[in-house]
Amino acid sequence: MAGMATRTSSSVVPSAENGVNSWGLGDGQAVPWEYAPAPEARDIVTLKERYGLFINGREVPATGGETFTSVDPATEQPLATVAKATSADIDKAVRAARKAQRRSWGQLAGKERAKYLFRIARILQERSREFAVLESMDSGKPIKESRDVDVPLAASHFWYYAGWADKLDYAFPGRVAKPLGVAAQIIPWNFPLLMLSWKIAPALAAGNTVVLKPASTTPLSALLFADVCLQADLPPGTVNIVPGPGTIGMDLVTHPGVDKVAFTGSTEIGRKIYQGVAGTDKGLTLELGGKAANIVFDDAPLDQAVEGIVNGIYFNQGEVCCAGSRLLVQESIAPALIDKLKDRLATIRVGDPLDKNTDVGAINSKQQLEKITELVQSGVDEGAELYQPACDLPERGYFFRPTLFTNVAQSHRIAREEIFGPVLSVLTFRTPDEAIEKANNTPYGLSAGVWTDKGSRILDMVSKLKAGVVWANTFNRFDPTSPFGGYKESGFGREGGMHGLHAYVRLEDR
Amino acid sequence: MARAVATTRAATTAATARAAAADARIEVRKTYKLYVGGAFPRSESGRSYLVSAKDGTPLANASRASRKDVRDAVRAAAKAGPGWAAKTAMNRGQVLYRVAELMEGRRDQFIAEVRAAEGLRDARAAEVVDRTIDRWVWYAGWADKITQILGSSNPVAAPYFNFTIPEPTGVVGVVAPETSSLLGLVSRLAPPLVSGNSVVLLTSETRPLPAVTLSEVLATSDVPGGVVNILTGLKRELVPVLAAHRDVDALDTWGVSDAMRTETELLVAEDIKRLARRPTTVSEARFDWLDDRATERPEWIAAFLEMKTVWHPIGI
Repeated sequence: MAGMATRTSSSVVPSAENGVNSWGLGDGQAVPWEYAPAPEARDIVTLKERYGLFINGREVPATGGETFTSVDPATEQPLATVAKATSADIDKAVRAARKAQRRSWGQLAGKERAKYLFRIARILQERSREFAVLESMDSGKPIKESRDVDVPLAASHFWYYAGWADKLDYAFPGRVAKPLGVAAQIIPWNFPLLMLSWKIAPALAAGNTVVLKPASTTPLSALLFADVCLQADLPPGTVNIVPGPGTIGMDLVTHPGVDKVAFTGSTEIGRKIYQGVAGTDKGLTLELGGKAANIVFDDAPLDQAVEGIVNGIYFNQGEVCCAGSRLLVQESIAPALIDKLKDRLATIRVGDPLDKNTDVGAINSKQQLEKITELVQSGVDEGAELYQPACDLPERGYFFRPTLFTNVAQSHRIAREEIFGPVLSVLTFRTPDEAIEKANNTPYGLSAGVWTDKGSRILDMVSKLKAGVVWANTFNRFDPTSPFGGYKESGFGREGGMHGLHAYVRLEDR
Repeated sequence: MARAVATTRAATTAATARAAAADARIEVRKTYKLYVGGAFPRSESGRSYLVSAKDGTPLANASRASRKDVRDAVRAAAKAGPGWAAKTAMNRGQVLYRVAELMEGRRDQFIAEVRAAEGLRDARAAEVVDRTIDRWVWYAGWADKITQILGSSNPVAAPYFNFTIPEPTGVVGVVAPETSSLLGLVSRLAPPLVSGNSVVLLTSETRPLPAVTLSEVLATSDVPGGVVNILTGLKRELVPVLAAHRDVDALDTWGVSDAMRTETELLVAEDIKRLARRPTTVSEARFDWLDDRATERPEWIAAFLEMKTVWHPIGI
């Protein structure tokens, strides 16, 4: 285990003999695939040395002039200096948003709001590569994912909600939907631009204005989005962006000028935010942690399931709230499935996020890497069996090998706690009832997966799983038309689809 | 019916007592109990508290439920919930409609109880009871429609059949309105119930008696035992226990006083319970429960629903 933290190819982990030889070519036939570097060009991004706050349509320095540095997690090198918002800045931003809600954005007809949102969607499409490269630089996610998932989905979220702006009457039959006012939105570092779009698009469509705080390790795509707002000629104050630490987020949540709070992040912080709005009339939606079960039955198409499992847990380095971090395999196929999974793990390419062949990029921050390392150590200490492929990791940067634990008990921390890293815990079951019991045995309830060839079993499992999103014979699919959100301590409210509008309107009688 | 109404001590003034003695007919008074798991226990604590009419006339001793009674009620609700949720929507609708049927049969008794509890005149008390019965009917009808109103089929940009359906949240705690002892209570009880949640309800503290009579209706109207549990007692004692209980999935705090609002919500936040709260701008005492537009709303049902989205591949 000690070797894991050093992150070099020579630090072989306990079960490396499996990994080295697991190329699917039989014993002793290990032939490592060689990939020539295929780096995405960085010159499409013009990084500024300093970024300000975006308040009332202008870039401004923070009151008091404090800054922080955003780091490239793949190189540990600083990318840019970013203004650090203070309470005074939060106040300015909320006032700007209020003014825009009263005088400009909130006064626009739905048809006009729609056209602004369509503009934003189009500009995101036009500047998609720029956003993808910047996102990968700032967050560590593979360019393959930022290019093919994050940015296109962000654009399509704006596109989808643009069309709702002048059709709200049809979303709430018999009622009149009015905006709530100023929305305070706090987003995480795992999908910085995508979470921004999930938050801002429905809020603006319904006539609200927003103050958004991006995560402190990934502020850059939000600040580039400020430029999109300027290009779209969005009325000043409609969107305000205030990077800063968590304490500033709480200042935003508790600001009396805020009408609605939307948060995506950990359950721990979500609880504090919930308590921050206690006793007020502020609307609240929370999209929190998860510990999703991915359930594989003996009649599942195994090769397809293996791809789904890999996508479920290693997508975005496993830094996904709905990641399929608990694999529940029917006992009779467990050995075969685990063998296939180990073979597949050996082909995963870990490394430079900007390389077009990279499957697993850098962990977002040193702090997160330490958390993952600590939890993986707990898995070993508690008696689970660790497997990691013996892939090379870059010398610098925050990287972690794709990890798989077998012999996991439900009581192990790795089966209960959200790791938010590329770590899969494998458990087994015999009957569908046992699978349901184990899957639901968690305070979380964000997502789940079911793999079986039998349609009626899928629907039966779907009806019994306490999870807001259930993927059948697939995993980690997202779409702006598809509502997303949790049961239990994974939060409440939905983002996406018609349901996503609900959080941003007040319904009045006709 | 008039004699049955004498369950309340309001009727037993000195004059009526003398009259009763002359008739040699001593009325049989009702013991007002809790309703937990389909049974009518007294509080395990052995405590009660005196309930008086609005004019101060003593009416009865109501059970003063304890923390343990709350826990027992939550356990009963958690046990009964899955069976209730698994009934067909139409069946749940019929069961709730039957509650209205049985209330209609006891209309005079409810009028007398509401009149005594809330100090209303006869005509007003009758209006309140009639509207309570009608409100059951209105919400009962939603049982097999709410899924179609709130669910959706989602046109995702990939080869998947994608749909969203509402499901009941689970165990819902309801802190019933303090002022409107029957109509307000039913307006908050029916919405979580109709979609398949089970409920632990704290009645009005000062006006609990009509709710206890309602529990007798529920017990005989095919609502399975444990699906609705009704506790009388002191909100100061019971609300924090209900709000903090980890097996309660959602809390309706309409009847929580403004003074207790923040502390209650802090407890609710601990395990990310769903919260249905009265806007701070709405006065509990002045809210008009007779206003159908304000009280008959699908959103009140939606507050206790979880939306589940399912992705299923097409052609793979």
